[in-house]
Amino acid sequence: MLRPISSRIGNAIPTITRRSYASHPPKARLNLPTDYGTTPLLHHTSKAALANQELSEEARNGTTSRINLFQAINGALAHALRTDQRVMLFGEDVAFGGVFRCSMNLASEFGEDRVFNTPLSEQGLVGFGIGAAMEGMRPVAEIQFADYVYPAFDQIVNEAAKARFRAGVNKGMDCGGLTVRMPCGSVGHGALYHTQSPESLFTHIPGVHVVVPRSPMQAKGLLLAAIECPDPVVFMEPKILYRAAVEHVPEEAYTLPLNKAETLKQGKDITIISYGTPLYTCQSAITAAEKDFDCTIELIDLRTIFPWDRQTVISSVNKTGRCIVVHESMVNAGVGAEVAATVQEGCFLRLEAPVQRVAGWTTHTGLAYEKFVIPDVARVYDAIKNVLEY
Amino acid sequence: MASRRAIVACERAVGMHAAARTRASIAQRLSTKTSTCQCQQQRWNSVSQKPNSDRVRFPGAVDSKFTTSLDFTTKDQAMPTFRVLDAEGQFADPQNVPPETSPEELLKMYKDMVFVSIMDLIMFDAQRQGLISFYMVSAGEEAITVGSASSLRADDVIFAQYRETGVFQYRGFTPDDFMAQLFHTKNDAGLGRNMPVHYGSNKLHLHTISSPLATQIPHAAGAAYALKIQAQQNPTEPARVVACYFGEGAASEGDFHAALNIAATRGSPVIFICRNNGYAISTPTLDQYRGDGIASRGVGYGIDTIRVDGNDILAVREVTRQARERALKGNGQPVLIEAMSYRVSHHSTSDDSFAYRARVEVEEWKRRDNPITRLRKHLELRNLWDESKEKEMRSEMRQTVLKAYRKAEKEKAPALRNMMDDVYETWTEEQREQMKKLRTILETYPDEYDISAYDEGLDGLNEKK
Repeated sequence: MLRPISSRIGNAIPTITRRSYASHPPKARLNLPTDYGTTPLLHHTSKAALANQELSEEARNGTTSRINLFQAINGALAHALRTDQRVMLFGEDVAFGGVFRCSMNLASEFGEDRVFNTPLSEQGLVGFGIGAAMEGMRPVAEIQFADYVYPAFDQIVNEAAKARFRAGVNKGMDCGGLTVRMPCGSVGHGALYHTQSPESLFTHIPGVHVVVPRSPMQAKGLLLAAIECPDPVVFMEPKILYRAAVEHVPEEAYTLPLNKAETLKQGKDITIISYGTPLYTCQSAITAAEKDFDCTIELIDLRTIFPWDRQTVISSVNKTGRCIVVHESMVNAGVGAEVAATVQEGCFLRLEAPVQRVAGWTTHTGLAYEKFVIPDVARVYDAIKNVLEY
Repeated sequence: MASRRAIVACERAVGMHAAARTRASIAQRLSTKTSTCQCQQQRWNSVSQKPNSDRVRFPGAVDSKFTTSLDFTTKDQAMPTFRVLDAEGQFADPQNVPPETSPEELLKMYKDMVFVSIMDLIMFDAQRQGLISFYMVSAGEEAITVGSASSLRADDVIFAQYRETGVFQYRGFTPDDFMAQLFHTKNDAGLGRNMPVHYGSNKLHLHTISSPLATQIPHAAGAAYALKIQAQQNPTEPARVVACYFGEGAASEGDFHAALNIAATRGSPVIFICRNNGYAISTPTLDQYRGDGIASRGVGYGIDTIRVDGNDILAVREVTRQARERALKGNGQPVLIEAMSYRVSHHSTSDDSFAYRARVEVEEWKRRDNPITRLRKHLELRNLWDESKEKEMRSEMRQTVLKAYRKAEKEKAPALRNMMDDVYETWTEEQREQMKKLRTILETYPDEYDISAYDEGLDGLNEKK
């Protein structure tokens, strides 16, 4: 549990030698921390947020508030609980607000029958959610960290994903309405068990949707869509963005489309495909590369990792002729492999260079080595350079 | 007919069915009474109960009496909590005192508890200052870890959760060992891979801590079984047990239940030690379970179980001593100890527990009872300790910790190859190419990376010969 808190307790260290475990090299030009205050991937004004054509008219005509990603999740959950009596929210430490504060004040507002702590058992709480969904509720089950979802793997893979298929004509005995939320991704010091992004384990499973939002606005709309979805959804929230990503988010409730990618930036020479936190890395690399190499680069956020929006990606690569896929988790059998294979099938004659995958190496994320394992700006920049020079 | 039914039941019990072995051969093995499934034999003999028997003799419950009174079994009285010392450090029952612990041993136990508490204070603060990434203190639970470790053989195998610093301290993990891990230096046995407090030592028979909860409990059952088999094969070697620590929250995981059950069925000589400190991060025990603690579950799995006052180090030491004897009795068996305590600290440096519990609740617990104070009172009653010794010890320990701290702080991180080593025994062709790519990146963009903090610099990426 890595929630940073500001309070200091005691002062037992007499001499302070500042050796920070999270820093960047002094002469770095590429590998700088993301400036969330200026990145074009976040809406820094109300006007920019409300211009989003995917929003409902009501949302577009409303107001916005400037919130971070955990507040956006909290707002979406509050809306779902308020407007749909079938929605329930539960998981480990959910009642007091959750270790990342996503469920703050929800137990007091909606009561302990619908927002509650579960015993510490992921298989138990996901199975519980499946049962509740099968009997008509819309449960939102929280796994405290994606790294701890594996005891629930059986329930998701063998039960949630297959319930409707095996029931055949026995309609209504499926797991639609089940959303399994989990914080994922690297934060700089999570090591083996607070860093993982196991999305590709779920994208192999027909029957579940896998969604990863990139920002507060996306998180709110995609989470509400997930809760409404007639199929079970694995909803992975990049935990570093909970506090870091702040933007204007419409006050009104709205959904954003599942299974649809979004082109964040148009370009004609290269298509970069990513999702979640690495989009910010890609954006920084694009800014530097466009300046250095006289090119324009298209950036696509998959948003739903499976079933995914193949057409948006294929038509983009058919336009640009070059493709890079970027994700945090290991490159081997990762999402990049699926995207690359599909691009190869759909754009073969148009490709100017082999599809590049910039992803985590084939290893576990050791504490001291995270910045060398997870893709950084320099590695994406280098891949851009490579496909241009090929 | 009865014997035929018995054979079928036996086949089911041992999972053989018709495929592998014939009924005839099973019947033959049964008749010689050297069968490997004697327990099953006992059970299906019981199926053929005598007419007018007063007992149910189903294979699944062989000694249950028939009754005509329809009563659901509900929660019984709470299991008692064993203690040796009262809150004032005196023997609670002077007529019933465990075997004498030597003054040297008592002082070692006391000093180890205090050392942990001093190191905790310093390292908690180091995390707050951003010098290490994470820390977890043991406040309130020092007696459980030190006391139990004191009753184990030095080569008994241990699986810990993450709040067992006292076990590492008692076993001989040095201040330098702690600091190397916390600062992930090149001297860290975990090679800088794990989050702070995830210690491990093969020399001290302490398996490396893994963050996921309860996963180590079935490992302990299997490891204990391995020790048992090895002891059968090498009868001259001293018998060993496994001790496995976990919290009451982790005991909700499926792995806990699987572990107790499999340990019971296989007779694994393992001591399961539950630290019931009242909280799993924010979740109080009322949201965690409704039974009588974790101890009641041991009974359910047919495991000898005891509940002990976790603030009483002599009680913890004595129950562990006897648990160890029981674990090795006959053909081996698991034992469950539930040690009651209160998590005085926040869950970790990432937690602010006052978001879910009142400050006054914590203060009251601290005032009421504390494992360190209780042993100190006992030592003073026995004239083994006084204020001046206390002062001197505390100051020395603080210096010891800070010295190791300053040394580790300046030490380099392990070589970069350790990001890839040990995933497999040797690098795969793909991994080798990835490390080559990484090297090219580091060479092409030298300003983007600071590798000076890593042992051997860029050469540290070379594959180990």
